[in-house]
Amino acid sequence: MKILGIESSGLVASVAVYENGIIQGAFTTNFKKTHSQTLLPMLDVLKDTLNLDLDTVDAIAVAAGPGSFTGLRIGSATAKGIGLAIDKPLIAVPTLEAMAYGLWGNDGLVCPMMDARRNQVFTAIYKFENGQMEVVKEQCPMDINELIEELNSRDSQITFLGDGAVVQHNTIEEKCQVPHLFAPAHLSNQSAASLCARAAIYYEQGKTVSADDFRPDYLRLSQAERERAERLKQE
Amino acid sequence: MTGSDKVRILAIESSCDETAAAVVVNGREVLSNVISTQIPIHTLYGGVVPEIASRKHIERVNQVVKEALKEANTTLDEIDAIGVTYGPGLVGALLVGLSAAKAIAWAKDIPLVGVHHIEGHICANYIEDIHLEPPFMCLVVSGGHTHLVNVADYGKYEILGRTRDDAAGEAFDKVARAIGLGYPGGPKVEVKAKEGNPHAIKFPVAKVDDGVYDFSFSGLKSAVLNYINGAQMKGETINEADIAASFQQAVIDALVGNAMKAIDEYGTTKFAIAGGVASNKTLSAALEKACQEKGVEFYHPAPILCTDNAAMIGAAAYYEYINGRRDGWDLNAIPNLVLGER
Repeated sequence: MKILGIESSGLVASVAVYENGIIQGAFTTNFKKTHSQTLLPMLDVLKDTLNLDLDTVDAIAVAAGPGSFTGLRIGSATAKGIGLAIDKPLIAVPTLEAMAYGLWGNDGLVCPMMDARRNQVFTAIYKFENGQMEVVKEQCPMDINELIEELNSRDSQITFLGDGAVVQHNTIEEKCQVPHLFAPAHLSNQSAASLCARAAIYYEQGKTVSADDFRPDYLRLSQAERERAERLKQE
Repeated sequence: MTGSDKVRILAIESSCDETAAAVVVNGREVLSNVISTQIPIHTLYGGVVPEIASRKHIERVNQVVKEALKEANTTLDEIDAIGVTYGPGLVGALLVGLSAAKAIAWAKDIPLVGVHHIEGHICANYIEDIHLEPPFMCLVVSGGHTHLVNVADYGKYEILGRTRDDAAGEAFDKVARAIGLGYPGGPKVEVKAKEGNPHAIKFPVAKVDDGVYDFSFSGLKSAVLNYINGAQMKGETINEADIAASFQQAVIDALVGNAMKAIDEYGTTKFAIAGGVASNKTLSAALEKACQEKGVEFYHPAPILCTDNAAMIGAAAYYEYINGRRDGWDLNAIPNLVLGER
């Protein structure tokens, strides 16, 4: 089983090829160029390096959100386009789940977070039991203070990762009362390798989605939709 | 490759609120032209909401491309190049069509050709009249653009004039909102104007001093709004039809005036219009009449080719393609891309 992984939900652009339990190649950058300029050239390098025949790919894994709206769009449209071209399905892996999977086997709770501005983070809580990943809290947008309160009440060691953990580092240090750690650089960010490894499990469980139907889960309405909903509520 | 001298292009367009794909042969023959419009959604908000537009493009892009291939009775294996709009437009919207086009081209090893949206509008005329060849002059009028362009050759454009503020279509939208017609304003104002007197109210159109062929519609829009406010303050009822007709006439006078001035100056013998506002029959008729008086041949695309569509992108991509243009996998969306620049 061969999976092509695409991760562009945040600042990181990352692509990987997974085959039967092996990451054949992975290419990750965290640079100021837009994903529109980096993602496909990176895929092209990977394809050439691995002599990859796209027709042998069984599915395309994609970080399905949350994330930067623009980043999600570029990754999603790219994955959908490849899926259309090679007539293969997509594997939609929740962004934060793929991030946390990089800390497989970790003791205690794993709490990935992406900065969502105005003291909000996109976050979720996971744990690993006997090598299985379990969702403790589904991914959602959340105020950082509320999140820390919830974590304090859980009374378990926590490992934080993601760019949100960097932005909120001081707040976490100040308010988090349970033992906690910050993942090191190589495990802290989005990675298509981790995405692919998680996606392989989805694929085995038959959890794929057609390239035509796939749409990312932004976890947030557009501003116009939020304002309209408010207005209708008031009327 | 098709293995013949026919170049078959798959084109994708998503610069605003239409998700569109088409298959076009040799820039002139349209095998399919699929448009999925988002107008009903944006109508709820009184105009195009960029974030919603971008999300809707993601939901529709694959289906639209597949439908275009199916309708054209072709497959990606028979496509010689993929043409895609990469600017100008809403960046989030552009990125969807562009990313999908790039991905398909990359996965199938098909050459990629980036197309300027306005160039696409101009090239809609090549589809409408298969005998039209440059040089000619073209007035591009839409919700986002107002350009008077000298088309020197295929892919060679000289912008003679453009709007300094609002696009003509934008002014239609704003006036439509002010007189309670709603979105999209262009067609609604045109229908309303049919019941009114175009000479009932004299709305001024600003003259642009230094740019001979430039336009300005923001003052006209303000004049309409002021007129409405003034009438309301005096407790007078307004005649929407007269306002619509008089406003439309002022826009037409400005467009026709500059166009005719440019025709005289450049000795143009062929004149075309393009863009969403080009489907306004009153405008089209006024330009046609003015052209006839000068013995200038007049060209205008059918409404389906005036609105944002991908067939026009396929036509433009063909001429870029045979001129040797190939874009890399790093092609980015450029929301303020200037016509004639890369």
